[in-house]
Amino acid sequence: MTILKATDIGISFGGVKAVDGVGFSVSPGQILSIIGPNGAGKTTLFNIVSGIYVASRGTIHIADEDVTGLAPHRLAARGLSRTFQNLQIFQRMTACENVMVGRHLREKCSLLPALFRTPSVTRQNRETRAAALDLLAYVGLKDVADVPAGSLPYGACKRLEIARALAAEPRVLLLDEPAAGCNAVETEEIDHLIRQVADRGVAVVLVEHDMKLVMKISDRILVLERGRPLAEGTPREVRDDPRVLEAYLGRHGAQEAARA
Amino acid sequence: MAEFLQFLISGLTVGAVYALVALGFTLIYNASGVVNFAQGEFVMLGGMVTVFASAAGVPLPLAALIAVAASIMIGLLLHRLAIEPARGASAVTLIIITIGASILLRGLAAIIFDKQFHKLPAFTGDAPIDILGAAVQPQSFWVLGGAAVVVVTLYVFLEHTLIGKAVLATAANRLAARLVGINTTTIMALAFGGSAAIGAVAGILVTPITLTSYDVGTLLALKGFAAAMLGGMGNPVGAVVGGLLLGLLEAFGAGYLSSTYKDAFAFLVILIVLFVAPQGLFGRRAVERV
Amino acid sequence: MRALLNQRLLTLAVLAVIISLLPFVFPSSYYFRVASLVWVSALAAIGLNILMGQAGQVSLGHAAFFGIGAYAVAIGPTHLGIPPWAALLIGAILSSVLAYLVGRPILRLKGHYLAIATLGLGVLVALVISTESRWTGGPDGMPVERLTLFGWRVSGSYTWYWVTGALLLVGTWIALNLDETPTGRAFRALHDSEVAAQVVGVDVARFKLQAFVIAAVYASLAGSALAFMNGFINPDQAGFIHSVELVTIVVLGGLGSVVGSIVGAAVLVTLPQALTVFHEYEHLLLGLIIIVSMIFMRNGIVPSLSGLFLRRARS
Repeated sequence: MTILKATDIGISFGGVKAVDGVGFSVSPGQILSIIGPNGAGKTTLFNIVSGIYVASRGTIHIADEDVTGLAPHRLAARGLSRTFQNLQIFQRMTACENVMVGRHLREKCSLLPALFRTPSVTRQNRETRAAALDLLAYVGLKDVADVPAGSLPYGACKRLEIARALAAEPRVLLLDEPAAGCNAVETEEIDHLIRQVADRGVAVVLVEHDMKLVMKISDRILVLERGRPLAEGTPREVRDDPRVLEAYLGRHGAQEAARA
Repeated sequence: MAEFLQFLISGLTVGAVYALVALGFTLIYNASGVVNFAQGEFVMLGGMVTVFASAAGVPLPLAALIAVAASIMIGLLLHRLAIEPARGASAVTLIIITIGASILLRGLAAIIFDKQFHKLPAFTGDAPIDILGAAVQPQSFWVLGGAAVVVVTLYVFLEHTLIGKAVLATAANRLAARLVGINTTTIMALAFGGSAAIGAVAGILVTPITLTSYDVGTLLALKGFAAAMLGGMGNPVGAVVGGLLLGLLEAFGAGYLSSTYKDAFAFLVILIVLFVAPQGLFGRRAVERV
Repeated sequence: MRALLNQRLLTLAVLAVIISLLPFVFPSSYYFRVASLVWVSALAAIGLNILMGQAGQVSLGHAAFFGIGAYAVAIGPTHLGIPPWAALLIGAILSSVLAYLVGRPILRLKGHYLAIATLGLGVLVALVISTESRWTGGPDGMPVERLTLFGWRVSGSYTWYWVTGALLLVGTWIALNLDETPTGRAFRALHDSEVAAQVVGVDVARFKLQAFVIAAVYASLAGSALAFMNGFINPDQAGFIHSVELVTIVVLGGLGSVVGSIVGAAVLVTLPQALTVFHEYEHLLLGLIIIVSMIFMRNGIVPSLSGLFLRRARS
């Protein structure tokens, strides 16, 4: 069963085809990694799938519903959530509040009760905070729950983004370089985290440069080069594909690698 | 036809002044990212200093020169004492600072000069010139010509001198400019000085037509800001076109529709333009990078 | 959580105490008048601060809504025979409808474009008010009928001190309420990162619009209160300079700080009153004080001072 399916996606910026004819699909519990050299169009693809950019061609389906061109918050309502390569943390809010915003769609949010702070608003707020604290504990940030997110170290922010994305209880989670800038231990933690999330039945799409991580946890890998799909398959198939080696290392490098 | 021509020329005349104010806005905005609400005060200073210097017996050309010099001085002081110390503050904080500066300069002008309206004699007489039935004041040509000279000078300076190119580089990317050895602080000071000079020239040219007083700056700053927006913030060509367009809008609106709502047309059109083209007429649509 | 709850109640309690104790030190009715002006400006600023400080959207035309509120209570009873209290409600409704209608296209704009669009809106409203003199009395302004509530004729600077003080308390309470709600969080989230707010499901356009409408209603009510209090109203209350004053109060006091808006209003309203002693130098000093305080307290008075206080306490 496919939960997210992108077909023949294309977009260009000022005549440059940043993404051109890319498609993929992912099922619940599956981890699909999208890799490729810098500028291959991975993040652009994410931005299209999550509704931030509007593609000039192609379609996107979530659970068989055509969601092409829908605004990001509408996609979120259909179970899509994501993190960002360049952190998009709510700097002036505490770590806990960041995750609480992630619960936005799970909360009743009407203006008048909020303005007069009815008991039901207070009660709901308590529940949301409890849920957020659970998630913070899950990603190992419980101790800094009430610290302003802007003062957290980089690695913590990365995990905070994952917690915030999970707070929405997504069916599909897009992770844009979750391990970038993390040390070996942190990468290990993120590795576990992603596996756990997938095991709970969430479909995970991962953009990542850490090949060790990608090879280890992916069910399938899609390789992009200059906005076009280059190869797709299991980690093993992709690793042995000469075209992939060439794209990453150049012709000469690929020959070296083949010899080694 | 004569009526149309009349409106056209008076619209272009006022528009030229708006264009100069907008150009001053753009220069400072490009070099420093600051939206300078004290821009109108430079126009006021240009007019007022000239009026009082020539009243004191200084010949008009010299009085004008003194006015420009005084404005440049104020522009540099504004940068040195109010903008430079607040480096790194948020955009809205900087806007408030320039608004404070505008209030301060207005107060200063009220004390040093007075709160009366003042007029300068037209540079080359008051006898209207007949052009296809339209009676045109000679001063209109001074305004249009002067504005053209300022625009061309600025263009040549920016495109054909090393310092000018440094200004453009700073506008394009402040950090990169600093990395290649451009002293961006100097460039910003230059922008404030230059923008003050442009404002002062506008004030001197237009005072024989519109009168001046210590508080003419506010409305001019609004119109100039609007013109700069209309053209697309940060685009010098857009600023000039936006200014002229705004002047024409007002003149034709006042002439054919309603003179009491003269100022309304400008802002109504700006709202409509922004609704249709959120980046202004000549602004580039930025792709948000995330 | 507990601490935050207490802080909210503490703020309200302190404000209530200040409002009720000030009369003991006021030597004359003039002081009551100035204090009422502070409360009214603070009310408008608190609303604007929800838009600017929380949701991060600038408005340089907010006096328009202040003016609509003020002229609603002036025109309604005088020309249309509407009871003053109903005119106040109509003003608030008109303001929110206008904010709702223009808010949608305007709030798509960002940064300086949003600034100029709101500024344009403000100028347009002010122009209509000063031009349609048949209804508004034009640039000279018009008198406002006294407010009568259930047969009680609300008049005198002493009475208005309490009425505006109570209004401010309610306004403060509501603004503080927002903090720990999904709506308040959505405001602050879209301020920090619109895309991140969107991808967790926040309908950014809807919440910007809500903040804009809330701010408009606050300004409208403040405008009505001022008009009733003064018994007279002129177009300056809807003009650009007043818009700038409101923004200055918010930024001077501290973006996002409810207490800041009250402090900012106290400074910006009382300062010119104090400076009238210097008469000629009033504007000069006002400009100077704005510049200097923005340079040295660029986050606003309240956040800067409380930051300093916290650092002291820690070391």
